[in-house]
Amino acid sequence: MLGKLRRLNQAVSEVALKESERLPSNERRRFLRSGLFTAGGAMVGGALGGLSPKLWASETQYPPEIPPWTRSLGPGVVSEPYGVPSPFEKDVIRRNVPWLTADKISSISFSPLQNLKGIITPNGLFFERHHAGRPEIDPQQHRLMIHGLVDRPIILSMEDLQRFPSVSQINFIECPANGGMEWRGAQLNSLQFLHGMVSCAEWTGVRLSTLLQEVGMKPEGKWLLAEGADGAAMTRSIPMEKALDDVIVAFAQNGEALRREQGYPIRLVVPGWEGNTHVKWLRRLEVGDKPWMQREETSKYTDLMSDGTAHGFTWVMEAKSVITSPCPENPVRGTGICQIEGLAWSGRGKVKAVDVSVDGGRNWQQAQLHEPVMSKSLTRFSLEWNWNGSPALLQSRVVDETGYVQPTLAQLKGVRGTNSIYHKNAIQTWQISGDGSVNNVQL
Amino acid sequence: MFSYEKSSRSLTRFCSGVLLATLPIMGLAQSAGHYGYGEPATEAQIQAWDIDIRPDGKGLPEGSGSVEEGMGIYETYCSSCHGAFGEGMGRYPKLSGGEGSLTEDRPEKTVGSYWPYASTLWDYIHRAMPFFAPQSLTDDQVYALTAYVLNLNYIVDGDFVANKDTLPQVKMPNEDGFVWEDPRPEVVNVRCMEDCKEEVTVSDSAADKNLTPSTTGPLDEGLTE
Repeated sequence: MLGKLRRLNQAVSEVALKESERLPSNERRRFLRSGLFTAGGAMVGGALGGLSPKLWASETQYPPEIPPWTRSLGPGVVSEPYGVPSPFEKDVIRRNVPWLTADKISSISFSPLQNLKGIITPNGLFFERHHAGRPEIDPQQHRLMIHGLVDRPIILSMEDLQRFPSVSQINFIECPANGGMEWRGAQLNSLQFLHGMVSCAEWTGVRLSTLLQEVGMKPEGKWLLAEGADGAAMTRSIPMEKALDDVIVAFAQNGEALRREQGYPIRLVVPGWEGNTHVKWLRRLEVGDKPWMQREETSKYTDLMSDGTAHGFTWVMEAKSVITSPCPENPVRGTGICQIEGLAWSGRGKVKAVDVSVDGGRNWQQAQLHEPVMSKSLTRFSLEWNWNGSPALLQSRVVDETGYVQPTLAQLKGVRGTNSIYHKNAIQTWQISGDGSVNNVQL
Repeated sequence: MFSYEKSSRSLTRFCSGVLLATLPIMGLAQSAGHYGYGEPATEAQIQAWDIDIRPDGKGLPEGSGSVEEGMGIYETYCSSCHGAFGEGMGRYPKLSGGEGSLTEDRPEKTVGSYWPYASTLWDYIHRAMPFFAPQSLTDDQVYALTAYVLNLNYIVDGDFVANKDTLPQVKMPNEDGFVWEDPRPEVVNVRCMEDCKEEVTVSDSAADKNLTPSTTGPLDEGLTE
């Protein structure tokens, strides 16, 4: 067997050497120097496929030349048993703002919306927020306890949970602090850092209503407390009406088990509501007759008004939209036809329409909505724009199915003041300069 | 692998219909629900995990702690992040001060100036503090720390002893500062399509402010304070 492999490898090396003769002389020298063509034993399938991108960076990929990857073999099917993105996409990653929080353990990462297509956020790029870092939980040892005002308090293993009937639904999750750094002025010149605390996925899990029926709720059970198993033992109170409506205990995200940073093995998904209610690493659900007024719903995630009073229990993420191209990371590539593209969503239901302005909100045109348009999910929109090279101010404005129209920043600040931090869903303005570059501005 | 316990349970489920039909008088209120998956949670199991505390004191355990006892515990476990007097360090939260600042340009939301309920302090210290060793303190230590932080905010006197009876009696300065019903939608925008405003002025730009981490290349490490 080994001998056969060696013979095969030798044959591949000979082919590679022959192939290299077809390369331009400078390419050929680099190829031979790389020594890859004589690479040893286990390189049968990968001798040529493993060539580094740099080695081949030349103009040989343009016609009439045949590019090297066409004249060689790539690695076989399980060279990466769990796939990873192309090395050329290495810049497409979640990023954090170091000055935003005291410590990365209790911080947030932002989705690279500028690089994403469609409405589904890949699991590895879904924004993350931890209050005490990401725990590593063995699903065999994890348990979900459901108790309180119920007839039959129970403890479920993860296997038990997956025996219940499951559902799948596509929902966005947005941190209420998304864009919260911008109440006092334009600070961050980036789509990723301004709006990347929103992501969208297909969630699969068990309806909370199924579990609550199973344990038999007592009639005085009006509230639910969800608690995580991480070092923050994160808790939120959720009114029973919502809990019984569309909330699920999710164990899968976009077809695979939840990612660890998304709550593996289980999390709550509370469609349309602020991200911190979607308690991750869920270990306990308690039914009670009153809210618990926990730290996250009193000292955090409440909206301070300019008169010094604060609004609590502002759970719903109101309708919002943003143009994802052009944006600071995606400048306009030249005059002529430009595809204005973006994302819109509403925590109250479906997106009904999106309008786009190129003159700072003086005039608007209705954009095209891309299917599918689903409740409490991201929705794509686009509009073709003929850019003549003049400076412009791009905006998008969503209308949801309740008739709510996304407000201007001036309107929102007029009601909330500038100390609100959370729920900043105002219209975003991108300034297009004559050279096509894009900046975050406020009007 | 054969599991005696599991097969025994499934036998019970299999037979439960017959049992219900033949022995209604015994009552099976604690029997499994429709699916019957999982294990019943025992009282001891519930007590061990049920840590939440409510403003009316529901959930507070036995035990107690004084302001004075809290001072030493605070210095050991808390002051390196929250400062010697709760004034905060770097971007770690301030615990005290900020009275009357909620209407100012830079409000300080502390336990004294913002938190509506004292119970929340006990609950949060117990479930999540100290930051690097959550749920490592005893109930008495948590009572003492709660008393100390309340005292740092001039909410209780120096001789205050926190326990399950005294803590729910503490009235927090900002308790009435909250509206617990969502007033939204609070902004009404009109869907105008043409000639919607006279002039457009750019009031602020993020360009050249130098606050934005890089969105290409390796992660921007930067400073966290």
